[in-house]
Amino acid sequence: MVSLAAVSASPALTVSGLGKSYGDVRAVDDLSFHVEPGEVFALLGPNGAGKSTTVEILEGHRSRDAGTVEVLGHDPGTAPSGFRDRVGIVLQEVGVERELTVREALVHYGACYSRRRPVDEVLELVGLDGLGDRRTHRLSGGQKRRIDLALGIIGDPDLLFLDEPTTGFDPSARRQAWEMVDGLRSLGTTIVLTSHYMDEVQALADRVLVIANGRAVAAGTPDELRGSMDRQTAIRARFPIDSEDTVVGLLEGLAGRATVRDGRLDVRTEDPTADLHRLTGWALERGVALDDLEVVRPTLEDVYLDLVGGDPGEGTDG
Amino acid sequence: MADRLPSPLRLLVHQIGYQNRVFRRVPIAAFFTLAFPLMFLLLFAAISGDVWISGGHEVAAAQFFAPGLAVFTAASATYTNIGISTAVARDEGILRRVRSTPLPRWVYLGGVVGSGVCIAVFGVALMLAVGVGVYGVDADVGRLLPAVVAFVVGTASFAMLGLALAAMAPSGQSSPALAQATILPMAFVSDVFFSIGDDPPRWLEMVGDVLPLKAFVESFFAAFDPYRTGSAWEPELLLRMGLWGVFGAVVAARRFRWEPSTGSGGGPGVGRSRGHRGRPVAS
Repeated sequence: MVSLAAVSASPALTVSGLGKSYGDVRAVDDLSFHVEPGEVFALLGPNGAGKSTTVEILEGHRSRDAGTVEVLGHDPGTAPSGFRDRVGIVLQEVGVERELTVREALVHYGACYSRRRPVDEVLELVGLDGLGDRRTHRLSGGQKRRIDLALGIIGDPDLLFLDEPTTGFDPSARRQAWEMVDGLRSLGTTIVLTSHYMDEVQALADRVLVIANGRAVAAGTPDELRGSMDRQTAIRARFPIDSEDTVVGLLEGLAGRATVRDGRLDVRTEDPTADLHRLTGWALERGVALDDLEVVRPTLEDVYLDLVGGDPGEGTDG
Repeated sequence: MADRLPSPLRLLVHQIGYQNRVFRRVPIAAFFTLAFPLMFLLLFAAISGDVWISGGHEVAAAQFFAPGLAVFTAASATYTNIGISTAVARDEGILRRVRSTPLPRWVYLGGVVGSGVCIAVFGVALMLAVGVGVYGVDADVGRLLPAVVAFVVGTASFAMLGLALAAMAPSGQSSPALAQATILPMAFVSDVFFSIGDDPPRWLEMVGDVLPLKAFVESFFAAFDPYRTGSAWEPELLLRMGLWGVFGAVVAARRFRWEPSTGSGGGPGVGRSRGHRGRPVAS
């Protein structure tokens, strides 16, 4: 039961110059990355950034317009049937036969793989032990997602795709899902996951590619992403003046980078003491109240929002 | 050895067994496919009496409608059953999941068709057993082969039409209405509910002659027809059914979708509302 990917020195997955358009929309634009065997790699980005399109191309479910892709040594677009045998796929919005029990579903889907993990082992791994004899339609939403994961790993894959594995989970279910993924990682499975949760990626991924509007905007380990802004401090306050033009003198006088949006001022600076002094001095002089004034270290969430340029829940499919 | 893919034949047998199991666990489907036509048999027998005297012979009345109802059962087990269950499986994302496994697509569809044929065999056997055992239907063993061939060609064709129905149904929810709206009127013009010898309007008869169900009924009934002398083979009717089967297969091959048609938005990815070949699908 030696994993092919684990003994191979070459990457589990290589993507170079990948492109995909839907009509005029560039869903994926010149993406390049690679994933090493045994690694947990995350595609992070807001809805519609092109994550699912990318993953679907890697799975062989979708054609591409440009670039080369190699997954476990095959082009997924033309891969032989054995390719899918080595890949586990956990899609979004998939169903399972409501007439079957959990165990029957695992046995049924397991039957089409050349290797199989023992059903009881899989049930335990995904936290469904004790529920094997329950009909699937009597499971909760979170438990159904665990079936998805269980069916993704029943064939003992070398490479596992997880498309938004915890979307719609409550916080405790997310923690449990993370533990499952950690368990898989320790078994040596290479994992490619997509997420729009920075904290999820921080908890799970060895390396991250942040994409927005189909383009790569940052890459590295979660710590490296954070490190790029490590020396910066955020100064924030409500700001009752709409236009940046009227306060251009103030903003230009700051050492850091300042933006005013939706009535909020946000300054990213490496010299918080001086900038805070200038800001409060300016406000006192004019009798302007800076409500909710705070001086904070940027969180990873802030870094991520900076990178993708807005609200992570925003955007259209594409 | 452990790393060899299971053979397609073994997978196909497994798929047929699995589809049969799912069918058995949906009581409503089993009722409409198997029990419903039997109720018609009891009803017709009660209405028309046990025996007809015709040309000095005594013939069981069920001799005329049991074979037609058997064919109706076979058509329900394939066309209606396959069309509805496959469209529902698509909406529930089950086909989407199947596509992500190494199971070849033709094996999945082969399991669907094979299971429909199994259910048809069971339903026809049940109908004929009740007809012969309870109502004195006379089955001539010497004419069994033409009936079996008519059954094979008919179920295969209606299975293809079932896949075409699944391909054309906008959603799983609308598929039962679509199935019933096509099979029931067709049954009325195909001598399923009325015995031979009625005098329907000419145009109604012509409609029936074009559609596949009447060809199925007549080619199957030929083996049970008490007035028929000579061969029970109906090659022209078999051909007509077969052509409908080919038509169904072509429609299914061109229009079949593995992705849910509802698209249900929310999630990222453009894929939700597109066919697997990237073709946009109206939703």
